Amino acid sequence: MNQVPLIHILFVSTALFFIGMYGLFTRRNMIMMLMSVELILNSVNINFVAFNKYLYPEKLEGVFFTLFIIAIAAAEAAVAIAIIINLYRNLRSIDVETADEMKF
Amino acid sequence: MPNAAYLIIVLVPLLPLLGFVILGLFGRKVVKNYSGGLGTALVFFSTCIAMWVGYDYFATGAGPDGAYHAFKVLNIHWLSFGPGFSIDMDLLVDPISVMMAVVVSFISLMVHIFSLGYMKGEQRYGTYYAYLGLFTFSMLGLVLSANIFEMYIFWELVGCSSYLLIGFYYDRPSAVAAAKKAFVVTRFADLGFLIGILILSFQTKTLGFGELIQMLGPGGQSIADGLGVPGARGVFLGFPVVSWGLALIFVGGAGKSALFPLHVWLPDAMEGPTPVSALIHAATMVVAGVYLVARLYILYANAVDVSQLILYVGVFSAFLAALIACTQSDIKRILAYSTMSQIGYMMFALGTGSSGNTSGYTASMFHLFTHAFFKALLFLCAGVIIHRVHSNEMKDMGGLRKQLPLTHVCFLIACLAISGIPPFSGFFSKEEILSAAWPTNKFVYGLGLFTSGLTAFYMFRLYFSVFWRRAPGIATSHHGATQLNHGAIAPNHGATAAHHGSTPLSMRLPLVILAVCTVFTGFIPFSHYITFDGRPGETVGPGLNAIPPVATALLGIGMAAWLYKKENSRPQQAAEAFRGLYSFARHKFYIDEVYLFVTKKIIFNGIGRPAAWIDKHIVDGLMNGLAKGTAAVSASIKGFQSGKVQDYAWFFFIGIAGLTVLFIYIYT
Amino acid sequence: MMSASAVVFYMLSAFILVTGLLAVTSGNIFRSAIWLLFSLTGIAGLYFWLDLQFIAAVQIVVYVGGIVVLIIFSIFLTQQSGKALPPPRRRRAVLSALAVCMGFALTCLMLRQGSFTRVVSMREDVLTADMGVDVIGAQLLSTTRHGYVLPFEVISILLLAAMIGCIVIAIKVKPGDK
Repeated sequence: MNQVPLIHILFVSTALFFIGMYGLFTRRNMIMMLMSVELILNSVNINFVAFNKYLYPEKLEGVFFTLFIIAIAAAEAAVAIAIIINLYRNLRSIDVETADEMKF
Repeated sequence: MPNAAYLIIVLVPLLPLLGFVILGLFGRKVVKNYSGGLGTALVFFSTCIAMWVGYDYFATGAGPDGAYHAFKVLNIHWLSFGPGFSIDMDLLVDPISVMMAVVVSFISLMVHIFSLGYMKGEQRYGTYYAYLGLFTFSMLGLVLSANIFEMYIFWELVGCSSYLLIGFYYDRPSAVAAAKKAFVVTRFADLGFLIGILILSFQTKTLGFGELIQMLGPGGQSIADGLGVPGARGVFLGFPVVSWGLALIFVGGAGKSALFPLHVWLPDAMEGPTPVSALIHAATMVVAGVYLVARLYILYANAVDVSQLILYVGVFSAFLAALIACTQSDIKRILAYSTMSQIGYMMFALGTGSSGNTSGYTASMFHLFTHAFFKALLFLCAGVIIHRVHSNEMKDMGGLRKQLPLTHVCFLIACLAISGIPPFSGFFSKEEILSAAWPTNKFVYGLGLFTSGLTAFYMFRLYFSVFWRRAPGIATSHHGATQLNHGAIAPNHGATAAHHGSTPLSMRLPLVILAVCTVFTGFIPFSHYITFDGRPGETVGPGLNAIPPVATALLGIGMAAWLYKKENSRPQQAAEAFRGLYSFARHKFYIDEVYLFVTKKIIFNGIGRPAAWIDKHIVDGLMNGLAKGTAAVSASIKGFQSGKVQDYAWFFFIGIAGLTVLFIYIYT
Repeated sequence: MMSASAVVFYMLSAFILVTGLLAVTSGNIFRSAIWLLFSLTGIAGLYFWLDLQFIAAVQIVVYVGGIVVLIIFSIFLTQQSGKALPPPRRRRAVLSALAVCMGFALTCLMLRQGSFTRVVSMREDVLTADMGVDVIGAQLLSTTRHGYVLPFEVISILLLAAMIGCIVIAIKVKPGDK
């Protein structure tokens, strides 16, 4: 830990964030988009704990944030899956481009 | 009568206008059978008023110096373009305007009465009388105008009424084409008229006739002179500017009066009903051009070059028309060409003024006056004949003198008048014209003389062919509908063939009245009343210089009798002998074809089609291009709202990134 | 010469990033899920390296054992596991890559400029301070100024709501029922 500057960890998390973004923009499958969102959330988690460890080592705020983010990510994933299943039943496809119209 | 009391003359045009309005609005259903009576009654009152005014003016209206003065009644200031420069609706009382008002209303009355019988049973009876009322109103307004632009307005109205009347049988394509042709040719001439008005009024900043003559005439001072601008005395392309204006106005008059080369509409205009031809194309509308030139006579007399133009155009038209009339076989066409010829006479009489001899004015107006009567009589007789025979072609007629005795006598009187045989009216007027021409230009006199011989020839050719040629009593069969589709003009009277019997009184009465007029109007001492400056001139009775016209006329009559009185083959031989000239004249010297060529090949192809192409591809193309461009742009930015979540996410991110860059790097 | 922990870190980071990249670019959805699993495990390893055992454990239990399993179930439910996904449209891939690289460059630029102060030069006593589970638990439920009992309760309500919501959304209405 002494030898790795904070900034490298931040680079890693930023890279992971943008990898997740790429996946969000590109993947046509809704479940794939969900996976990319998970990657993004994880990158944020890394950020929090890194800052906590390097800048405020005696406190725990970052850790708690990370815990809460994990919990919320779980809930969000569950709800997203439920929505995906509902859409799949209606549209018979999990291609995100088939859901391109508002209900009229 | 004091001048203000002449205001009653305003009723003369207004009564027929009232007829037009009532019959136009209600003539179709409500008053259908009474339309004729209503129209005729209104014109009858109009005629009475005109005659009463005329009598009063000429008998008692002379001024203290014995001259007849012109004065305005009813001064309505209408469109004003500047101080003193405005289009007013005035009525002018003046020797020729009063005379013309009498002539127009009287002939119109005769035609109204005649149409009661001729157009009976016509389905659009009410509309017909409405149009007649409109025409009478326009023509009366034209002759009573005191302001050149007001005259132009009525001029166009006359053209419009003429279009309506020529194209009255609108289900016949030939009638529609003829109406269009008349309108287009006269409209084209009216362009010259308008430009002429603008030129003249620019010099003088006024539009009234009196002021124009005063300022542009001899000794006048035009506004432009005073301004130091090269105005009335200015020169354009070698001719004075005033001459250009007058020449252009003459062009307008030439169009309306069917002078060469703008005469092409007049023969085709015979597609209208025959009483219409009597009114419009014999007595009134076609003399509008002559009237216009007479109005501005003092200016024309002053402009030598334009007078020359008028002289030659007039005499040439007279001669050309006479030549063509010798070869035609349709009775109405012959009469149309004879009208053109007589108008040529009137016009060239007005052109003699430049040599200082002003008797041409009186002669022209006198001939106009007498011509109205006998030409209307000729047309109405033709109407009776056509009504009886159901065809316009001379070959279907012949030997009618026992069947139509009254018509025969009237027609004979009119033919004698037009040929210039004493003591009928035409003799006096034609002789005065030729006397006016003699001192001016001998060539013109000679051509006029020859033409009067030709006139006698072709008119009596017509007379003998219709009333003699065959033995009387040969049933001229009712050709009925099967003959109607020959290339010739189909008989154009709307009534169903219900009048094989005698002609009704309504058709005979005008014939008698007009015949009486033809006999006696020659004796009116016209130059007492109508001279170019209002002062009574002296009347020179016919003397030795009357002999050549009468002699040539008798020669013409004799030749016509020899060729046509009995059916023989001499005309055919004569036509063979002059074959080239004959065929040339029969085809009206191919003038129509020239016009058609110019319009179709040159104007349509050279100007019309490129203009249409530009309109369709460039102007429309520009608009369409704008529309397409907009559609293309909108299609390309349609993607912003695709409904796809990932696109939205992408745009969202780009927006955030952009804003971040903006706020962090640019604003700090 | 790098120390062992630095080497470990770089290897872990490489592992995380590579598997993440494979997760978003793989053709087969099931394989993507597995790559995601590896990526998340790598992140757990990172937490271990940072000496946060509790978080690492929570990561493995919740993310790997819960969410990825959920994802795999849903893949099966929607019967897409075997099929290959259509590749993304060329234009979108290029544009996204472009946007992403631009964003990455931007962020790195900003990171470089930022001075993250209080970088303690890693005093041993502070770094090895007590971060054990009991400390975390005590603070989680404490009601004092640094306590997190309120968020804790709110999270539990949120989880309840999420559960009910999922059931409502995903319930299959039988055709005879109202």
